Amino acid sequence: MPRNPQLNANGELQHLLSIEGLPREVLVQILDTAESFAGVTERDIKKVPLLRGKSVFNLFFEPSTRTRTTFEIAAKRLSADVINLNVAASSQSKGESLLDTVANLSAMQADVFVVRHASSGAPYLIARYVKPHEHVINAGDGRHAHPTQGLLDLYTIRHYKKDFARLTVAVIGDVLHSRVARSLIHGLTTLGAPEVRVIAPLTLLPAGVEALGVRVCHDMREGLKDADVVMMLRLQNERMNGALLPSAQEFFMTYGLTAEKLALARPDAIVMHPGPMNRGVEIDSSVADGPHSVILPQVTFGIAVRMAVMSIVAGNR
Amino acid sequence: MKILIKGGRVVDPASGQDKLGDVFVSDGRIVDSFKDKPERTIDAKGLVVAPGLIDLSARLREPGYEYKATLESEMDAAVAGGVTSLACPPDTDPPLDEPGLVDMLRRRAKALARARVYPVGALTVKLQGARLTEMAELAAAGCVAFSQANTPIADTQVLWRALQYAATFGYPVWMRAVDLWLAKEGVAHDGEVATRLGLPGVPVFAETIALGTLLELVRATGTRLHVCRLSSAAAVALMRAAKKEGLPVSCDVGIHHVHLSDMDLGYFDSHCRLEPPLRSQRDREALAAALADGTIDCAVSDHTPVDEDQKQLPFAEAEPGATGLELLLPLTLKWGAERKLPLAKTLACVTSGAARVLGVPSGRIAAGAPADLVVFDPQAPFRVTPEALRSQGKNSPFLGYELAGRVHATLVAGNVVFEQE
Repeated sequence: MPRNPQLNANGELQHLLSIEGLPREVLVQILDTAESFAGVTERDIKKVPLLRGKSVFNLFFEPSTRTRTTFEIAAKRLSADVINLNVAASSQSKGESLLDTVANLSAMQADVFVVRHASSGAPYLIARYVKPHEHVINAGDGRHAHPTQGLLDLYTIRHYKKDFARLTVAVIGDVLHSRVARSLIHGLTTLGAPEVRVIAPLTLLPAGVEALGVRVCHDMREGLKDADVVMMLRLQNERMNGALLPSAQEFFMTYGLTAEKLALARPDAIVMHPGPMNRGVEIDSSVADGPHSVILPQVTFGIAVRMAVMSIVAGNR
Repeated sequence: MKILIKGGRVVDPASGQDKLGDVFVSDGRIVDSFKDKPERTIDAKGLVVAPGLIDLSARLREPGYEYKATLESEMDAAVAGGVTSLACPPDTDPPLDEPGLVDMLRRRAKALARARVYPVGALTVKLQGARLTEMAELAAAGCVAFSQANTPIADTQVLWRALQYAATFGYPVWMRAVDLWLAKEGVAHDGEVATRLGLPGVPVFAETIALGTLLELVRATGTRLHVCRLSSAAAVALMRAAKKEGLPVSCDVGIHHVHLSDMDLGYFDSHCRLEPPLRSQRDREALAAALADGTIDCAVSDHTPVDEDQKQLPFAEAEPGATGLELLLPLTLKWGAERKLPLAKTLACVTSGAARVLGVPSGRIAAGAPADLVVFDPQAPFRVTPEALRSQGKNSPFLGYELAGRVHATLVAGNVVFEQE
């Protein structure tokens, strides 16, 4: 197996492509750095000069609002120049290849590429071809990984629960198609969370998911029992009626998070969701807006985490 | 033309014979000896003399995909790799579903005078799985079997009728066992690696369900069936049982699948995007063992030249396939060495074993057999680099590897068609 392509020869983060394979120290470094940035976002002048003079290209081959916006804010707070490209609507539709698009942007003196792509592994391909001073940050690739989302989820959990060593985490919903679930699971197992459960019908679980280090439950009541953290996953509209699930209503009945089911978790449990939410499908409004919900703080933390990642991979040292 | 191949280690996989000696070639055939002076002598001291390789699946990319490879480049690659006969699947553009196309391909190949080319005709028009091709006309034009290449027939009624029709005339049908619906969108073995990498999976039962259907239809129709590119331990077990039962079936495996597993995908290495997908270590081991015990009749290169642009894509979007004509010999030798097989037995799976499936008299060293021969050094290192490959396809999971086995000379019908400078 070749060397982990996200680390340089000194074991430092060159690109952020996946949480899998990152040493615990690197994860902790990112979370600690994010914590130091949390203050910046509350100041009057919300800027630090760590990326001054650098160009960050937001390269989204798949639509996104939240992730793209928080990356943009994070880069601007680091004083970088940010260029947003909605590639889905430009050169790719004219037949330009992924690597040609990247090569052209590289010729415009890019320093960081923030990449979202519908195909698993696309950021790895880009990372293989960029120049040594250029950095790739995966903003979600297919079903594979969404490492900054995973990191902001870890940040959120650490913020509210302090220690990973005694946590029970329940991840609920469409694990099969979820890059968010994969990234969070890798992060939790690396940081030593002893019990990670995935709760889903068999049709929404990938083959051999246990090998990721999780316990599989099909029953919400069993899976939620004494959980400290409940992570709900988004169910895409097109997967609600078909061969995977009969209907959104039945999914809500069996796997939707309601106050009644949440009562089985620990009294101080937190409820997370990567957004965008389908109220009444995977989560009931009373839970999404209720006292256990940390869904909006997740978004805020996302900015600090993305600042941390960009400053670590590309910051002026 | 009389040629003497002198003092080599003569290996005949058909009889298992392996001894030092001379091989006499006269008028395109192997003969016991001749009295007069040979017109040419090839010094084979320290080298192996064996029947030329017979590759049951090599894509030459003509017609239609000349930008990926041409007949010239791929026929050069074949003889440089010691391949003297090859069967080409019908997935050209247009597919080999008309006698005219087959005729043209055979003429072009014949004019190049390198390896023998055996076209495999399309079983259904445009490989669409709806209407039967004119099999009798295609056979008259030179098709040796009928196949769907990598495109399965979804409609079981059509599949049944196609097998029945082929059986009427005794034509062999070569099929991959793959369930269209279960394999749809899948790009990797449905297991832990695909789950980790977030790649859509192809479950093992996509192969075994289709294989079960095919075998049941063989029971019903008596068609001679050759199953192409087995990929799983479960499929091997089904084939073993089918042979024991006495069904008229044979099967092959891609040489890459004997050596690689889904672990080799690493960080989305698109060179490992193959059809069928590389499966688990356990499956790989079962394939390698079944090739040794004869359950699998032969190994094929499944040569698929793909241009660089089509491989420099995210894994799932990359075009499947690997170049293979020049790697078939070294990779077969590697497999034989790993399983500690005698050289004659090792070579059988790319010579006599394949000849039996194809129904041709080559693949052996015996008086009267066609003088299709390869002279090679089994120990000489072969470093796999784009420059070292004559094929236009440089796409190989083995790029950068050092393999053993280098061809010195290749003869087809008694003519020297390749010599190492």
